[in-house]
Amino acid sequence: MASEDKKPKAACFDGEAARSLVTELRKTFDAGKTKSYEWRVSQLKSLLKLTKDHENDIIEALRTDLSKPVLEAFVSEIAMLKSSCEFTLKQLKRWMVPEKVKTSITTFPSSAEIVPEPLGVVLVISAWNYPFLLSLDPVIGAIAAGNAVVLKPSEIAPATSSLLAKLLGEYMDRSAVKVIEGAVPETSALLEQKWDKIFYTGNGKVGRIVLAAAAKHLTPVDLELGGKCPVIVDSNINLIVTARRIIAGKWGMNNGQACISADHIITTKDFAPKLIDALKVELVKFYGNEPLVSEDLSRIVSSNHFARVTKLLDDDKVAGKIVHGGQNDQNNLKIAPTILLDVPEDCLMMNEEIFGPLLPIVTVNNLEDSFKIINSREKPLAAYIFTTNKRLKEAFVKNVSAGGLLINDVALHIANPYLPFGGVGESGMGSYHGRFSFDTFTHKKAVLYRSFAGDASARYPPYTPGKLKLLKALLSGNILGIIRALIGW
Amino acid sequence: MEAEEGLRLGRSVAELRETFRSGRTRGVAWRKSQLRAILKLVDDHEDAIFEALHQDLGKHPVEVYRDEIGVVKKSATNSLSCVEKWMAPKKGQLPLLFFPARGEVLPEPLGLVLIFVPWNFPIALALDPLMGAISAGNTVVVKPSELAPACSSFLANTLPLYLDSKAVKVIEGGTDISQQLLQQKWDKIFFTGSTRVGRIVMSEAAKHLTPVTLELGGKCPIILDTLSDPSEIKVAAKRIAGGKWGPCSGQACIAIDYLLVEQKFASTMIEFLKKTISRFYGENPKNLKNLSRIVNKHQFERLRNILEDPSIAASIIHGGSLDEKNLTIEPTILLNPPLDADIMTEEIFGPLLPIITLTNIQESIEFINSRPKPLAIYAFTKNDSFKKKILAETSSGSVTFNDTMIQFVCDSLPFGGVGQSGFGRYHGKYSFDTFSHEKAVLHRSFFLDLEPRYPPWNDFKMQFIRFAYMFDYLRIVLLLLGYKLKKIFSPGHLA
Repeated sequence: MASEDKKPKAACFDGEAARSLVTELRKTFDAGKTKSYEWRVSQLKSLLKLTKDHENDIIEALRTDLSKPVLEAFVSEIAMLKSSCEFTLKQLKRWMVPEKVKTSITTFPSSAEIVPEPLGVVLVISAWNYPFLLSLDPVIGAIAAGNAVVLKPSEIAPATSSLLAKLLGEYMDRSAVKVIEGAVPETSALLEQKWDKIFYTGNGKVGRIVLAAAAKHLTPVDLELGGKCPVIVDSNINLIVTARRIIAGKWGMNNGQACISADHIITTKDFAPKLIDALKVELVKFYGNEPLVSEDLSRIVSSNHFARVTKLLDDDKVAGKIVHGGQNDQNNLKIAPTILLDVPEDCLMMNEEIFGPLLPIVTVNNLEDSFKIINSREKPLAAYIFTTNKRLKEAFVKNVSAGGLLINDVALHIANPYLPFGGVGESGMGSYHGRFSFDTFTHKKAVLYRSFAGDASARYPPYTPGKLKLLKALLSGNILGIIRALIGW
Repeated sequence: MEAEEGLRLGRSVAELRETFRSGRTRGVAWRKSQLRAILKLVDDHEDAIFEALHQDLGKHPVEVYRDEIGVVKKSATNSLSCVEKWMAPKKGQLPLLFFPARGEVLPEPLGLVLIFVPWNFPIALALDPLMGAISAGNTVVVKPSELAPACSSFLANTLPLYLDSKAVKVIEGGTDISQQLLQQKWDKIFFTGSTRVGRIVMSEAAKHLTPVTLELGGKCPIILDTLSDPSEIKVAAKRIAGGKWGPCSGQACIAIDYLLVEQKFASTMIEFLKKTISRFYGENPKNLKNLSRIVNKHQFERLRNILEDPSIAASIIHGGSLDEKNLTIEPTILLNPPLDADIMTEEIFGPLLPIITLTNIQESIEFINSRPKPLAIYAFTKNDSFKKKILAETSSGSVTFNDTMIQFVCDSLPFGGVGQSGFGRYHGKYSFDTFSHEKAVLHRSFFLDLEPRYPPWNDFKMQFIRFAYMFDYLRIVLLLLGYKLKKIFSPGHLA
């Protein structure tokens, strides 16, 4: 079990330790080991094996950290990770091939290509809500692209963090892949170093700190943040299916503690009661009459977050708007699925990402008004709409800006490896999943091949009007113009 | 005064946000009209542009056309013919499990863009990024460099006459204006300039989580393998001279910074270079032709200090004279200056070419790798395996074989740095992409809702999902059929 990555509790991981960590990884990277296809494949296969061999340990750790239901742990973390790994293994060879590009007459004769190369030594900072997936999925991208990588799992999910440290230490190439556990001091020490890329999943406040630290070294950064992901619900829909999908995308995702979970609903005043009734019926079907003891719901991750979420209900003007649920069990950090109707616009719940099992429903007279409401807030990571009205769908896609959009479902788009997953504005920058993971940890180097033949003297001094004419023609790509200039017309 | 300035800036930015919100910049007609307007502006005012660049940098009109006007026109024409294609959604593949569903990636403008322009290509590096931002449907503020004042005025006076002034603004000024601009919230910042200022821009942008593209520089080396054919050596000499002193007298991010060559070939190459220099720029250092001047006294003094450092002065083998009145420096070649001197540790950005000799040209790879990653690496060689080695073992924004500078006009290649030379890229479609957000869109229908997606959970659903993630459709079907016949189709059989 002895892994040299795990520091004994007494020694602290400070700036000195971080510096020598990066130096060691740079040495490994410079030696060229991580660039080979064989190495990348062997590491990805090890990740797959680690996941398969220790499925139960992972599920157990997720249960400890989040009371995550077994099936949710499997579906949203383990299966997603395995799928991502297998997809990458299948496609990697193709992704590594240089891309030939066209050249124009301006640079004739020449040939050109874009060569993907690893950035070098990269840092992945993970989050607590999908602590297994959000640690290893970016690591898959980093390794596939040929980098050496340091993973800093979230300390708020400690069981998963130490399991990752243990397992990666056993299965992976320790000279190139390292796990550093810890909290703010360790993360700060890491952020002081010069990385070739930083990939951060978390919230906007820390995102700013990461970006500012990266600026000192001109390190490019990917930020996967969150936002208030809205769900617009029209009346012309299949109500039962809609209700189920909303529930799956809200309480079925770590009990609302997910960056893409449905934050709030926007629907018409007329339709709201029907929607609420349908949600209530399906909620009982899914979680029974005593949701606080249901095995199929995650708990709130920590007492800090429990206090944060319950505080959102503290306001009298808000508590009075509860139409379903509202109970909680502080000892077990459980909050029941709670629906609210028409809370005031200026309350805390409507101005912060909820990240919990409270679902406010906002009503409007016209659904078109919902676009304005959404656009008046910061751009979220995802936005959803349930409707069969083609024009409304098109208006939604055109006018709502978010990381990603999903029509008639919630959250599912993350499982598609062909769509880029990432935010915009306050919800983040950069994207990953599938090929986008490879790309985000890659430098696409432009390469131009020229020969000694075909030298246009018009490029060089002494400059003359004739050369000016030829240059004009050359740069415009106008063949007739070139010929005329060449023969001195 | 500063508060007034701040207020004025705030109002301009608010107006641009309002314009963006109105949706006017989204349609293809608006974007094309603005691109056409830039093309017309450059056509109508070619002489004024020649004049401004002559004033700011002493550039010859042919150099101006080659490096600035021509580049802008080519870029505008290319964008006009491609923008509609670039705007179209990209259809995405979908695994069968998602059926029925449709996925696509839809590019959309980021919103409000700030472009910082450097002083060395003050027209091209304003208008080219501007065209990228416009073709992507954004509103834009262009901040020209105060160190190229004639061009800055030209842009401030002329752009409003041709472009939609509610969507594109030019804001002139110095460091204080730049700092004020950085306090605003932008949806994207595009910066071309030095690493020092790049850090400041990125730090300020971090406060608003604003994505940035940094086009910086570095010491762009040229690896010169030993050539034997005199006609090839001649071409190489021209391209090296053209790539060092041609672009703004070496004051360019992709200009050759220093040259690596084998000891045995060095003197031959130096002779050819000297001949080429006198052909290109004339014999008289007091009256150099076809050469830009140094931008200002400050930069001139910086370069003078380098040349007058005794340890460096000792290595000058050609040129070295300075004309303080005209701010010109003669094309200068140095042979093996000390590697720890400023000239070999900082980006030169001037007409001084250090030549470093090696025993074997293969050593050039380690030499380059022990320094920060540059924006471009140039390599003159006919040895294919050496080319492959350079590509595999060095890292830079780009690599060009057997030529210099010309990768800049190749629209199909991304132009940008890595490491200390920056991140992000542009040119051609990459310009459009760098100012866009690629929004993922997944369309689902209500038809075929999968029960196993929902709780309450049980073993059947677990099994279903296992197979689903393997995209093992056969087993899914068997499972569905076998649900009633648990004994025959038990998980053990199917595993």
